Amino acid sequence: MMSAGLAALWSHWWRNRLQFVTLIAGLALATALWSGVQAINSEARASYDAASAVLGEGRFDQLIPRSGEALPLEQYVALRRAGWQVSPVLEGRLDLGDRRVRVVGVDPLTAPGGSGTAVLSDAPEPQEVLGDGVVFAAPDLAEVLREQLPQTVVADTGVAPDTALMDIGVAADLLDGPGEVSRLIVLQEQPRGVPPLDQIAPDLVRQAAQEGAQLGRLTDSFHLNLTAFALLSFAVGLFIVHGTVGLAFEQRRPMVRTLRALGMPLRNLVFLLALEITLFAVLAGGLGVLLGYVIAAALLPDVAATLEGPYGAQISGALQLRADWWVSGIAIAIAGTTIAAGGALWQIARMPLLASPGGRAWALATGRGRRLLGLAAAILLAVAASLIATGGGLVMAFLSLGTLLLGAAFILPPVLDAGLSVAQKLSRGVRSQWFWADTRQQVPGLSLALMALLLAAAANIGVSTMVSSFRLTFIEFLDQRLASDLYIQAEDEAQGAAVETYLLERANEVMPLLYADTLLEGQPAEIYGARVGQTYHSNWGFLDEGDTPWDQVATGKGVIINEQLARRADLWVGDSLTVAPDLALPIAGIFGDYGNPIGQAIVGEELFLQYYPDIRPSRFGIRIEDRDAMRTALKNDLGLSDAQMIDQSAIKAFSLDVFERTFTVTTALNILTLSVAGFAILTSLLTLASLRVPQLAPAWAMGITRRELGKLELIRAVILATMTMLLAIPLGLVLAWVLLVSVNVEAFGWRLPMFVFPLDYAKLALLGLLAAGLAALWPARRLSRTPPADLLKVFSNER
Amino acid sequence: MLLQIENLTKSYAGPDGIVPVLRGVDLTLDAGQSLALTGESGSGKSTLLHLVGGLDVPDGGRVLLNGQDVAAMDDTGRAALRRTEVGVIFQQFNLIPSMTVAANIAFHARLSGREDAGYAADLTRALGLEAQVGKYPEQLSGGQQQRVAIARTLAARPALILADEPTGNLDESTATDVIDQMLSLVADTRSALMMVTHSSALAARMERQVHLSQGSLS
Repeated sequence: MMSAGLAALWSHWWRNRLQFVTLIAGLALATALWSGVQAINSEARASYDAASAVLGEGRFDQLIPRSGEALPLEQYVALRRAGWQVSPVLEGRLDLGDRRVRVVGVDPLTAPGGSGTAVLSDAPEPQEVLGDGVVFAAPDLAEVLREQLPQTVVADTGVAPDTALMDIGVAADLLDGPGEVSRLIVLQEQPRGVPPLDQIAPDLVRQAAQEGAQLGRLTDSFHLNLTAFALLSFAVGLFIVHGTVGLAFEQRRPMVRTLRALGMPLRNLVFLLALEITLFAVLAGGLGVLLGYVIAAALLPDVAATLEGPYGAQISGALQLRADWWVSGIAIAIAGTTIAAGGALWQIARMPLLASPGGRAWALATGRGRRLLGLAAAILLAVAASLIATGGGLVMAFLSLGTLLLGAAFILPPVLDAGLSVAQKLSRGVRSQWFWADTRQQVPGLSLALMALLLAAAANIGVSTMVSSFRLTFIEFLDQRLASDLYIQAEDEAQGAAVETYLLERANEVMPLLYADTLLEGQPAEIYGARVGQTYHSNWGFLDEGDTPWDQVATGKGVIINEQLARRADLWVGDSLTVAPDLALPIAGIFGDYGNPIGQAIVGEELFLQYYPDIRPSRFGIRIEDRDAMRTALKNDLGLSDAQMIDQSAIKAFSLDVFERTFTVTTALNILTLSVAGFAILTSLLTLASLRVPQLAPAWAMGITRRELGKLELIRAVILATMTMLLAIPLGLVLAWVLLVSVNVEAFGWRLPMFVFPLDYAKLALLGLLAAGLAALWPARRLSRTPPADLLKVFSNER
Repeated sequence: MLLQIENLTKSYAGPDGIVPVLRGVDLTLDAGQSLALTGESGSGKSTLLHLVGGLDVPDGGRVLLNGQDVAAMDDTGRAALRRTEVGVIFQQFNLIPSMTVAANIAFHARLSGREDAGYAADLTRALGLEAQVGKYPEQLSGGQQQRVAIARTLAARPALILADEPTGNLDESTATDVIDQMLSLVADTRSALMMVTHSSALAARMERQVHLSQGSLS
């Protein structure tokens, strides 16, 4: 009995293969977008994890120098002698031709199990693997290192990208830094009675576990945006699946009735339908994951470059097939299909045996259905508005986005119907009146596809607005921050001192970069010492400022802080910030600091040097008319290399290049999402085609040619898409506003100003119309070629 | 006795309140017998057929088929009854549009576990459908579709065949052909036949005729 039932159900798909293909393709596309983005995120996170593990960050407290980049070996020895269980790490950069490698040296005898070597695939104990002269690196780097280093290089996928892991002695040789330690890992088990840290090592700062793992937080913004995009794309896909599955169930209602009349028990039938849809979900989910892999593999190099640029995160450019996103892709396909098909299954389960088999048109078709949808939309939009107004955390922000988008999708059919009704009333000729009436009749069948288009377009507008706003703000921010004409990097303190003396005699203005890691308001932060001059006065903009903030800083009477610190510590202009144990300064201004998660405070140079007398600048920004002449002079007089002198245009060009890559990713996702929406329209039109024949046959019989009917089908699709796009633009702007004002602030602690880009929206609208037009082209062509015999069947008694 | 109906009642909720459709119907039918059920539109003929076939449940009374009370069965029991004991031929044919003629004919027999390819082929031949077996229902005329529906029911060898105006959608000549073939095959299989019809000529060809008026038999 079950096999006979299954054969009957599947015969529908065999007979309607195009519908089957559209169902599978729709679900696969939706899953692909989701799993593609998940693959990118998963790859990036794996890289961060590997990096954090190699560096010992995240899991263990660490001791870092209060100032400077290294601590003397004696400090480590003193701590060990006092009983402290600490393990040294030496880090540095090694230039190998055009490749910069992060060198990490650990002490195999004292390193805890969870640091460094623990990530190695087959390494049970550090002592066993990190012998003298052995270097571990990811496979691609290992190949390069083998040619360049005398040591034995072992390839291991557990090591972070562009990182070489080795014994601290080997690292010291390579980095030419004997007797130095970058930081100390504090083991979890410490003997009782060890003397307090501030007695033995007052110059070290203890950084708690997790605080050091900034890399993940730093890039979360990017990943959150990608994930939001993926979810929206998946929601678009769900509308397709809902539409296709709903229609398939609708078409099979007579079959269901027949099967039940012939003795197939209802519960068996529902089980078979559920089994069928689950199998489809697994099939489409698998295809989607594979397709997602292709998308991710294509986008990952750009994503890697994007993340490496402003965030400094090292991402492997090669994609690995990971079990977690295989599972996640197929799981979301099943979950999505269950959501999409749940309603249809429920209706079948509740359908009386003697219900009319003839098209119980979609609930949307009825006036009551439309009213219910309008009511649901009103409730959802009201909930969204109240959530946005009251705020209250990231979850609420996302909830407000969800209700807003769903509410907008639900309100689309009533709005379209109302618009078409007005057009019908305003039209004069009988043919145009018929056209508008017929278009209204099509709205229920096309609703889900149009909702998909609405969400896709709104998501594109929202995310594009956010990224473009970020770009504009960031460029402005770069203009402020990169006001110097030339940036000089000294090799060491001695060269730094020589460079400063040299520059002071020749440059219009010299701005040394003085900074130290510290704790402000109990959080890790950076404190800068600024030599306040004309450049700061005329270039820096503030989000909020008191009177003459730079004068306050210059005279040591005030401090300026970044937005991140202000929001986290809830400190604003006029409040006091404790910058040192014995010094609190009023906040004179708050500046925007985009993309940076760390709190920053800027005090005057003199004040800074009072508290950090050992810090000497090695980097300088200078204002100068003739950059080329200065470069030549620095090369000739002080022996600086070209690599030590960077002009602002190079940095800006690099930053903009990074943004172009970000745009590549966003644009690719935009096009994919719109394609999915176009596909939704195509599938809806194709599956509705057979239902259209009885509706169009009377018009044909009364003298409208098939060619004309086909043309009108095309025009109809474009008109409906136009109306949908008109609604998508304000929705997308609200989406962008919520993302910028609510989600970004809740997630990352800084607020981006919002800009609008009308030209971009116009282009997107045209793209949407193009997608809709292309989607309607084939069904319209098919309609224009419908054989007269098929149209005549409508009037046949035997039909 | 194959079928015994006792004091069967059924009513529906209408816009103006409860509308009684059957007001205490009593009827019997033996195996191999044929019976025509006539009556005005809305007299309750189809409702009676649906209750006998376990497609609907009565408000009161009993329907005993081979001694089993159909009205007392649950949904699964009634489904099993329709699968194995009863065959329904609908006015609208109710073929499965995505299955070929051959698959449609074999379908009910497959569900009931009585699939017999030889017998199905005989029925196909007897009903003149040999040339159509690979076609789909939409490619057939109305008369051909009704023959497929009849073949499907007969192939399952039910004890009781219920036909709800099986020729209602056919022209007179086609209807005569179809009925001739159906009666001949029913006689061969010794199934009982209860047929709802508006046609007095068709009713006259059944062994017994009963008329339903205002929910009661006469």
